[in-house]
Amino acid sequence: MASILRFRKLCYVEPVKCSSLGFQSYVTPKVGKKDDGIVPKVKTVVVEKKREQQKKKKKKRQPKEWRCIDYCCWMIGYMCTTWWLLLFLYHCLPATWPGFQVPESPGTRLKREGLTALHPVVLVPGIVTGGLELWEGRPCSEGLFRKRLWAGSFSEIFKRPLCWLEHLSLNNETGLDPPGIRVRAVPGLVSADYFAPGYFVWAVLIENLAKVGYEGKNLHMAAYDWRLSFQNTEIRDQALSRLKSNIELMYLTNGYKKVVVVPHSMGVIYFLHFLKWVESPPPTGGGGGSGWCAKHIKAIMNIGPAFLGVPKAVSNIFSSEAKDIAFIRSFAPGLLDSEILGLQTLEHIMRVSRTWDSIVSLLPKGGETIWGNLDWSAEEGHGFSFAKKGQASMSGNNLNNSNQRSLQLKDPVKYGRIISFGKVASQLPSSQLSTFDSKEFPRTNTSTNFNSSCGEVWTEYDEMSRERIRKIAENKAYTARTLFDLLRSVAPKMMQRAEAHFSHGISENLDDPKYEHYRYWSNPLETRLPDAPDMEIYCLYGVGIPTERAYVYKSSPSEKCKNIPFRIDSSAEGDEGSCLKSGVYFVDGDESVPVLSAGFMCAKGWRGRTRFNPSGMETHIREYRHKPPASLLEGRGMESGAHVDIMGNVALIEDILRVAAGATGAEIGGDKIYSDILRMSERINIRL
Amino acid sequence: MPLVRRKKPAEAEKNSGSDSGNRNEKSEEGEEEENGKKRRLHKKNEKSKAKKAKEKGKWSCVDSCCWLIGCICTIWWLLLFLYNAMPASFPQYVTEAITGPLPDPPGVKLRKEGLTAKHPVVFVPGIVTGGLELWEGHPCADGLFRKRLWGGTFGEVYKRPLCWVEHMSLDNETGLDPPGIRVRPVTGLVAADYFAPGYFVWAVLIANLARIGYEEKNMYMAAYDWRISFQNTEVRDQTLSQIKSKIELMVATGGGKKAVIVPHSMGVLYFLHFMKWVEAPAPMGGGGGPDWCSKHIKAVMNIGGPFLGVPKAVAGLFSAEAKDVAAARAIAPGFLDNDMFRRQTLQHVMKMSRTWDSTMSMIPKGGETIWGDLDWSPEEGHVPIKRRQINNGTKLARQDETGSLGSQLKSAYFGRIISFGKDVAEAKSSEIGRTDFRDAIKGRNFANNTCRDVWTEYHDMGIEGIRAVAEHKVYTAGSVLDLLQFVAPKMMARGSAHFSYGIAENLDDPKYKHYKYWSNPLETRLPNAPGMEIFSMYGVGIPTERAYVYELSSSAECYIPFQIDTSADSREDEESCLKDGVYTVEGDETVPALSAGFMCAKGWRGKTRFNPSGIRTYIREYDHSPPANLLEGRGTQSGAHVDIMGNFALIEDILRVATGATGEDLGGDQVYSDIFKWSEKINLHL
Repeated sequence: MASILRFRKLCYVEPVKCSSLGFQSYVTPKVGKKDDGIVPKVKTVVVEKKREQQKKKKKKRQPKEWRCIDYCCWMIGYMCTTWWLLLFLYHCLPATWPGFQVPESPGTRLKREGLTALHPVVLVPGIVTGGLELWEGRPCSEGLFRKRLWAGSFSEIFKRPLCWLEHLSLNNETGLDPPGIRVRAVPGLVSADYFAPGYFVWAVLIENLAKVGYEGKNLHMAAYDWRLSFQNTEIRDQALSRLKSNIELMYLTNGYKKVVVVPHSMGVIYFLHFLKWVESPPPTGGGGGSGWCAKHIKAIMNIGPAFLGVPKAVSNIFSSEAKDIAFIRSFAPGLLDSEILGLQTLEHIMRVSRTWDSIVSLLPKGGETIWGNLDWSAEEGHGFSFAKKGQASMSGNNLNNSNQRSLQLKDPVKYGRIISFGKVASQLPSSQLSTFDSKEFPRTNTSTNFNSSCGEVWTEYDEMSRERIRKIAENKAYTARTLFDLLRSVAPKMMQRAEAHFSHGISENLDDPKYEHYRYWSNPLETRLPDAPDMEIYCLYGVGIPTERAYVYKSSPSEKCKNIPFRIDSSAEGDEGSCLKSGVYFVDGDESVPVLSAGFMCAKGWRGRTRFNPSGMETHIREYRHKPPASLLEGRGMESGAHVDIMGNVALIEDILRVAAGATGAEIGGDKIYSDILRMSERINIRL
Repeated sequence: MPLVRRKKPAEAEKNSGSDSGNRNEKSEEGEEEENGKKRRLHKKNEKSKAKKAKEKGKWSCVDSCCWLIGCICTIWWLLLFLYNAMPASFPQYVTEAITGPLPDPPGVKLRKEGLTAKHPVVFVPGIVTGGLELWEGHPCADGLFRKRLWGGTFGEVYKRPLCWVEHMSLDNETGLDPPGIRVRPVTGLVAADYFAPGYFVWAVLIANLARIGYEEKNMYMAAYDWRISFQNTEVRDQTLSQIKSKIELMVATGGGKKAVIVPHSMGVLYFLHFMKWVEAPAPMGGGGGPDWCSKHIKAVMNIGGPFLGVPKAVAGLFSAEAKDVAAARAIAPGFLDNDMFRRQTLQHVMKMSRTWDSTMSMIPKGGETIWGDLDWSPEEGHVPIKRRQINNGTKLARQDETGSLGSQLKSAYFGRIISFGKDVAEAKSSEIGRTDFRDAIKGRNFANNTCRDVWTEYHDMGIEGIRAVAEHKVYTAGSVLDLLQFVAPKMMARGSAHFSYGIAENLDDPKYKHYKYWSNPLETRLPNAPGMEIFSMYGVGIPTERAYVYELSSSAECYIPFQIDTSADSREDEESCLKDGVYTVEGDETVPALSAGFMCAKGWRGKTRFNPSGIRTYIREYDHSPPANLLEGRGTQSGAHVDIMGNFALIEDILRVATGATGEDLGGDQVYSDIFKWSEKINLHL
C-alpha cells in the first residue's frame, strides 16, 4: 500500500517540477510591470511574492495533473466499484422479487396435478442448434481440443476467423471430414440446451421435464453432426445406431415403457430417416425388423417440422442470404451482411455452408404439386399481409376471412415463383413471361471467366461464365421444380454430392424397389410411415409470424472477386397491405417454416389411412399462436410461436409433458388450428 | 472542475490583498477603505481555504481509493489482454527453454509409429472424481438446476455450505435419495475429465487417445453416482445396464473389436461388481449369459486399484480424518480440517460422508490373513524412507539391504490398523491389556439435544461406549469391522447389505450368488474368459497410510470423540515409518502396494480358485518421481494416486493395449516394490 502511494506521488510531483520551471519565464515580466511605480525596497517582497505566486500556481497545477492519467484511473475505479456494488446487490437479491410474480412453470403445475415421468423422452435437435467440438485439427487451432467451435461463446470466430471457417468446412467431394480435421457433435443434454449463454433452446423444456421427475436415465438428447447428410452420420459416427441402442436401453430400463420422441426443425426429417433406417435390413439399415417402431415408440411430437422443406434454404444456397440460420443473423447481423472482415465474408460463408449436405435436405419437396407453379399456389389468398398485424389483437375468423376476400379480389400473389428476377416478373401472368426450358443452360465455355486470383475463396460461381449468369437472370421465374435445375447449374458439385443423399420429388408408386434406397427416407412424400398403428404423430408449430416464401432477385453489379452474382432485390416493396417486403414474399408460419410445410403431412398427407401412412396411425395438429413478449422482463416470451422460441412456449411444454406422462392426442384436445392449413391442404391435388 | 476554476479569482484577490497590506504601511490615506476591503478579503480567503481543504480531503479519501482500484483494474485488464493475445504454445516454449526439449506426449509418439484406434475404450472413474449435478432440490438450492454440486468450481460450498451438505447427503436409512432431492452423475466424458478447473483426472489420457484417432464414438466414460452402493446405481439409475448396453453398442459398431476397460481407484471394484452382475441371471443381474465378458472385453487395465481396500477408508469412517478424498484435501485443506466456518465442519463432513455407502466398499478386505494380526504383517521390516535413499542401487541389492535393515530394526506392527497411544502401537502383543468393548453399554447419558442438527452416531454412544472403545487398545483388520459396527451401527447395517469383507472358504456356496460379494475379489470368481487380460497398474515410491495411532480427543460436547494422535512421531535415531500418528508403507499415497498388487501377483496368478479360467494377469508398477519444477505442473512421471493418470509411461501402455498389444508385448511385469515377497508371506488357500 505504502509503495503504491509513493508511486502515486511520483506520478504527479515530477511533472509539476517541470512545469513550474516553464512558468517562471513568463511570470517574471508580468510581476515586474505591475511593480513599476513602487520603491526598489519592495524588490525583496516582490521576489517573495513571486515565490508565493509560484507556489500557488503549483497548487493550481495539481488538479490539472490529476486530470490526465489519474482521472482516467479514477473513473475506471469508480465504475468498477459501482459495478461490483450493483453485482453484489444483484446477488443479494432474493430469487423471487416480491413485486414481480414469476408465473408458475407448467412443470410445477402439472406435478401438483399428479403427473409423473412415465415414458422416456428422446430429444432430437435441429440444424445449427447443436454444438460441435474439435477432436483433431490443423496447427492453427492449437489449444482448442474438445472445445466448442460451434455454439457456446463463438469466441474463436473473432480470434481466428479463417481457421474457424476451415475447421467447420467439410470435404467438397465427399461431404465428410477434410483430411486432418475431426469436428464432432457434443454429446449429451449439454449439446443443445443452450445455443449461446443465455439463449435457450431445449433448456426450458428439460427443466420442466425434470420437475415431473425426468432425469438422465429417461431423458436423452440424440445429438448428431448436423452438417452431414443423414446417412453419413451413421457411416462416420454411428449416430443412428447409437440412437437405436439408446432407445432400446431406455425402453428396457424404464419398465418397458415406449419412448416419446421430440424432434425439432431439421431433427424432424432426421428422425423420419431414422424410422426407415431402423427397420431396414443391414448394411444400409439398422436391422431392427418391421415391428421395431411399433414396439418402441409411443409418439413423435414434431416441433416446427420442416417436412416439406423451407424456401429459406433456397435463398441460402443460391446467394447465402436470408439464412435459415436465423440465429447467426440475430447474434451477428453486422458480421454477415457487411464486409468488415475483409471483403469476402459472405463468400466465405457460402463456401463453408455449401459443403454442408444437410442444407439440401431442407430444399422444398414435392415440386409444383405442393409449392405451386407459375400461376397457382396453395396459399394464394392466404398471404400474410403486414396490415393484418395491426389487427391481430382482434382475432376472429370473420375479420380474417373478409381480409382474405378483399385480397383475393386483387391479383393473387404468385407464391409458386420461388425465385423471380425483378418485381415485375413476380407479378406478370405466366403467358407474358419469357421462359425457356431451364435445362438448356449452356454448360460449355466454363473457364472463360475463371479468375485464378480468387482461388482461395472458391465458390462455384467462379466457374460460371458471364453469359450463363445472364441467361439465368433472363429466365425470370423459377418454381419449386425448375429451381432444382437452377441450383444444379449454379452449384453443380454440391447438388451432385447432396442429391445422392436426398430426394425432393413425389413418388408415383411406393412399391417401386428404388424407394428402398436411403436417399428417399427423409422425404415424407417418397416413403411410407412404419407399420405402427398405435403410434401417434403430432405437428406442433407456431403461427402468426410472417415467413419467407418467395424471393425477388436481381443480378448484382459484378466485381471480380466479389462474385455472388445474385442478390435479393431489397428495393422491391409491395403496396400497402401486400405481403411483399424488401424483396421477399411472406406467408403465415413460424418465421422459418411456412405453415404449409409444417402442417400438410399431418393435415392431409398422413391423415387417415393413406398410401404414405398405410397403418393409419393418428396425426394431430397443434398450432400455437404467436404472442410477442409483453415486456423485456419476459425475455423471449412464454407464448412465442417463433421457430426456436416456441421451445419456451408454456402451452407447448404442457402438451409434451402430458403426452410424456401417458396422455394420448385425443386427451390433450386433438387438433388445435388457427391457420388455414386445412383449406390450403385441400387445394393441393395429390393422390393419397 | 468548476470548483477549481472558481477558486482562481479568490486567490488573485488575496494576492492583491496582501499587496495592499504592504502599501498601507506607507500611504495612510484611504486606510479605512482599505481596512474594509481587507476584512472582506480576509473572509473570502478563509472561505476559499476551507473549500480547498474540503477538496483535498475528498481527493485523498474516496478518490484515491477509486484511483487505486482503477489502476489495479487497468493493469489487470492489460495483463489479461496480453495473456489472451499470447500464442497458445507460449508456456511450452518457456518450459523447453528452461528444461530442454520435452519428450513427445505418448499419443504423438505412437502416432508416428503408425498406431491407430482399434479397440473401444471404456473409462470407469473412481470415488470423488466424478461430477454430480442437481436435478431436483429443496428451495435453498434454487437456480442450481443441472449445475454441478460436486466437481467443477465448488462455488456453492462457500456460498451456501449447509444447503450443499444437505443436498450431497443421502438418506440415512436407505442409502438412496432423501425425499425431494435428486442429485445425479454428470454423463459423458466431461463427467471426470477435469475434477476442478485445471486439475485433470482423465483429460490427459483422453487427449492422447484422441491423437491416435479415438473420439466420442469409441470412448465412453462410465460415469456413475459414486456415493451410493454399487448395486444401488443399478436400482436407482440403471447405470450398470447403461454400461452394458454401451459396451455392446461399441463392440457392435466397432467391427466386433472387444473393449478395453480402464477403471481407476474405486472404479476397479465397481467394474469387478459389473463383471459379476452382467453374467448373473436377470432380476439381480444383467442376464448377459456366462460368456458375456469373454465376448466383449479384451483387457481390464486397473489403475491404482484398491482391490483389498485401503486403510484410509477406516480413518475416514472412524473420525473423518485423513480422508481418501485426497483431491478434496488438495483443493481445500483448511476448509475441511480446521474450524474456520463454524465449529462443526468436520462433524458435518462426517455426517455427510457416513451416508455414502460407497466408502464402505473400501474398508480393508481379507481380515488378518491379508493385513496382518497383532504381531505379524506381510510388510513388516519394510522401511519406505530408507528405500528412497538407496533408490539408485539395483533392485536386488536394494532388497537385500532393506531386508537386513529390517531384521536389525524393531519392525512396526502394521497389522494394528488402529491403536490407542504410541506405546500400545509398539508394545508386544502379550503386554497389551485389552478389554472387550462389544458388551459395553451404550449410555444415553451423553446424548445432547443441542447437537441434533449435526447428528453423527457418536451421540448415541455415550461416555461408557467411548471409553470401552479406547480401552480395547488395538484393532486389526478383523476387529476394525467390529469397531465400526459398534461406533456406527446404522451405517454398517446399511453397508453390510451391500458389501462383504471376508475370504471365501468355499466359492461354490450358493450364498456367493448374492451381489454383496461381487465387489470383493476374495469372495468371487473371475468370469470365464481365458482370452481376457487383467492389468494392475499403480504407482510406487510414495509413503502411504497403513496404520493409525489414535487418542481420545478432549471432548467438547459436539465433537468426534477420537482423533489421530499427531504428536506420535518416531524418534530421531530410529528408522521408522511413523509420522504424525500414521504408519506409512510403500504405495501411491492412497492405496498401499499390497492392496493394489496382491490379486495380480498371487490371488489371480495362474489358475487359482479365484481365477478358474486362468486369465493372465500383469503387474505394471510406475516409480514415482516428482515433477522437476513448477512448470511441469503435476509431472509426467508421477506415481501418485490421481496424478498417475498423467504419467506418460502409463498412458503409453494403455494406448498400446488399446491398439491391439497384449500384456506380453508390453513386456510383462514391471515391478519396483517388494510385492512378490509380501504376497508370498500371505498364507491364502488358492
